[in-house]
Amino acid sequence: MDPIADPTFLDKATLQSIWFLLLTVLLTGYAILDGFDLGVGINHLLVGRSDMDRRSTIASIGPIWDGNEVWLVTFGGALFAAFPVAYASFFSGFYIAFMLLLLGLIMRAVCLEFRVKTEGAAMHRVFDLGFALGSVLIALLLGVAAGNCLYGIRVDSTFTIREPLLSQLNPFSLMTGLMTVALFALHGALYLRLRVEGELLARVERWAWRWWWIFVALFVAVSAYALRDIPQVTANIRNWPVLWAVPVLNVLAILNVPRTIRHRQPMFGFISSSCMIMAFAALFSMALYPDLIRSTIDPAFNITISNASSSPRTLTTMLIIALIGMPIVIAYTVAVYWIFRGKVRVDRSTY
Amino acid sequence: MDVEILSRVQFALTISFHYLFPPLTIGLGMVMVIIETMWIRTGDRQWFEAARFWTRVFAINFALGVATGIVMEFQFGTNWAAYSRYVGDIFGSALAAEGIFAFFLESGFLAILVFGWDRVGRKLHYFSTWMVCLGSMFSAVWIIIANSWMHTPAGFHLVPAPDTGVAGVRAEVTDFWAMVFNPSAMTRLSHVLCSAVVTGGFLVMSVCAFYMLRGRHKEFTRRCMPVGVAVALVGVILIGITGDRSARGVAYQQPAKLAAFEAVFKTEPSGLYLFGWPDPENQTVYGVKIPGLLSYLVYFDASKPITGLDAFPPEDRPDMRIPFLSFHLMVGLAGAMTLLAVLAAWFSWRGTLERRTLLLKVLVPSVVMPTIAGQAGWYLAETGRQPWIVYPSVQNGVPVPGLRVSDALSEAVTAEQVVASIIMFGLIYAMLFALWIFVLDKKIRHGPSEPKVGEEPPPMHGPPGGVAAAIAGGKTLTGAR
Repeated sequence: MDPIADPTFLDKATLQSIWFLLLTVLLTGYAILDGFDLGVGINHLLVGRSDMDRRSTIASIGPIWDGNEVWLVTFGGALFAAFPVAYASFFSGFYIAFMLLLLGLIMRAVCLEFRVKTEGAAMHRVFDLGFALGSVLIALLLGVAAGNCLYGIRVDSTFTIREPLLSQLNPFSLMTGLMTVALFALHGALYLRLRVEGELLARVERWAWRWWWIFVALFVAVSAYALRDIPQVTANIRNWPVLWAVPVLNVLAILNVPRTIRHRQPMFGFISSSCMIMAFAALFSMALYPDLIRSTIDPAFNITISNASSSPRTLTTMLIIALIGMPIVIAYTVAVYWIFRGKVRVDRSTY
Repeated sequence: MDVEILSRVQFALTISFHYLFPPLTIGLGMVMVIIETMWIRTGDRQWFEAARFWTRVFAINFALGVATGIVMEFQFGTNWAAYSRYVGDIFGSALAAEGIFAFFLESGFLAILVFGWDRVGRKLHYFSTWMVCLGSMFSAVWIIIANSWMHTPAGFHLVPAPDTGVAGVRAEVTDFWAMVFNPSAMTRLSHVLCSAVVTGGFLVMSVCAFYMLRGRHKEFTRRCMPVGVAVALVGVILIGITGDRSARGVAYQQPAKLAAFEAVFKTEPSGLYLFGWPDPENQTVYGVKIPGLLSYLVYFDASKPITGLDAFPPEDRPDMRIPFLSFHLMVGLAGAMTLLAVLAAWFSWRGTLERRTLLLKVLVPSVVMPTIAGQAGWYLAETGRQPWIVYPSVQNGVPVPGLRVSDALSEAVTAEQVVASIIMFGLIYAMLFALWIFVLDKKIRHGPSEPKVGEEPPPMHGPPGGVAAAIAGGKTLTGAR
């Protein structure tokens, strides 16, 4: 039987939940992988004193940042494909925010790539600044978007978002935005520990400490706000107490980070921050499910996995594509990271 | 100005800029495979240096293609929300396949291609080059299937969907393979891929001609020029064949579009303009035409009538000015490129190309020809589709209405927002364009490295150690050695 021609082996609701889960997986992959190279960008000016330092931080993500960003592209494509209504409402409703995100993505990519192609301290300063600011902007916007999804926005009966720009920057979303910046900065610093040496490494570790404290403060604030004022985000966890395992593991991973810095275990530290991000992505999905975007006008206008999805036939086709493709993708991603492991060495003659 | 025209301008701006890069990367991908095959087969150091040079040029274009490509994916949602809801079910599987099979493949193996010369053995590197080449072609496959579906929809039915704005319906796949192999998909795909081959060939010819005129890198041009010439020659022959098939497809599937290409106002046996300027108000064209040629090319019969614009209600007619001019620009450039490729091939075969100064001087800037022709091709394809974003079609004998561009917009977006984003993209892209030309020019002026004594190319198997391995870690895509 050709499953594409006759997609009857899974019912619609199951397919929708599977795709919600797969989107979470893509988001997690993106946040872990691009999270650290955005974090490298956020730390770029803070830890890099000399031109050589900054070359090293850029070199540490040189061959891989582009592949990391593909996770975002694929997440966008999969959202479009699986839940077109949500994709359309979200992207058009946050028009200015997405334009700024694109500005950040392009600016960052270009500064990263062209820094090494040009000479002169002035040019390098411009590119360094663009790379760092672009990275901060992207992390902030992604966090603000996540905050808005959780908090809810003015979605009307045609699933059109009617939220003015300024109220998209509500206190809760701003806090989640800043928390994301701190989280990626910490994750990036822990990644840099694996890749750089000497004095640069010492500065990276000092900043890892600072980011950890900033992050913990924001994490406590965001959690308190969500628990007190946004009851819907905890609905799933109250119904399924076993899900408490996720926040508990999250807190353990957060507390483990200082230990790994003190005991000089860079790999363990990076794994801890990756676990933190994984837990955050899981918490985010748990807080949303089965909604994708919540309406503050009327819960009947919530954009959910059932009213926003593609047909079962398309969801099945995509599932087959994903089941064939993803194992291959993961295999060669691992291979590429393995090939480019180890400490970065910058050779003067190459520039 | 209203949101519709502004959104169209924005899409035209961002897609035109993005489309500077894919034909170059697809074309160069094939060139890299050929050159690295020569290196693997002969073990000749000059081929090795040539492969590295083209990889560096490739990487610059690739980085910009990725940076500008993300914009395209987001824009469907930001500016064309109603359209996104309408086609989501169709585009869905194509986009998912593109991300998983093409983008990951390209970006993953590109790291090895650009930075892995000293980290992996020859064979694994060669394999990576193949994968990058295939990845860049796959990404063309899926996006062109999706775009062709907008021109010749197939394998779907309409279902009620109150959330899709004016249309009130959305398209749902009923037959995946009929959607993939929609009537125009394979013809258009082959035409686009062949145009990328031409672009790759002309880029190589252009760079080699530049060195030949200055007497630089003789060993390099002796090897690469014939590759460029051969690729360009094969390419121009294929774009002729696929272009002819494409245009005939348009005649049968989208007659209003063909009428716009040649400004056929009345249904009658029609000629082909060599050049001209259409005047829609007076329903006439100022120019020189060969009578009966269009009818002959479509039906192999000069006396058969071509469906004119008068066969369609005024609100369903495309404006013929842009399609007409871009069609003739594209065909004219294809003719000129064919002439250049044949001349280059003749003198290259005779071994006297190096002395043909005038031809070389023409070849140096000739890389802009396939680029402009490619842009013109897309302008005629997309403006000829107006006023539809999804064309009307017949499914199982039942006529299915199309989706108008004016019904495809985002309800939540205002004209001011679109103007602001057009200004933003305009500024960034102007800077990017300047940087791109600057860096590309620098790379080309610097040229390929000459083989050095004592510095060995990588061995056939396994990662080499020593000095070479130490250098590999420290670069970005465009900064590779």
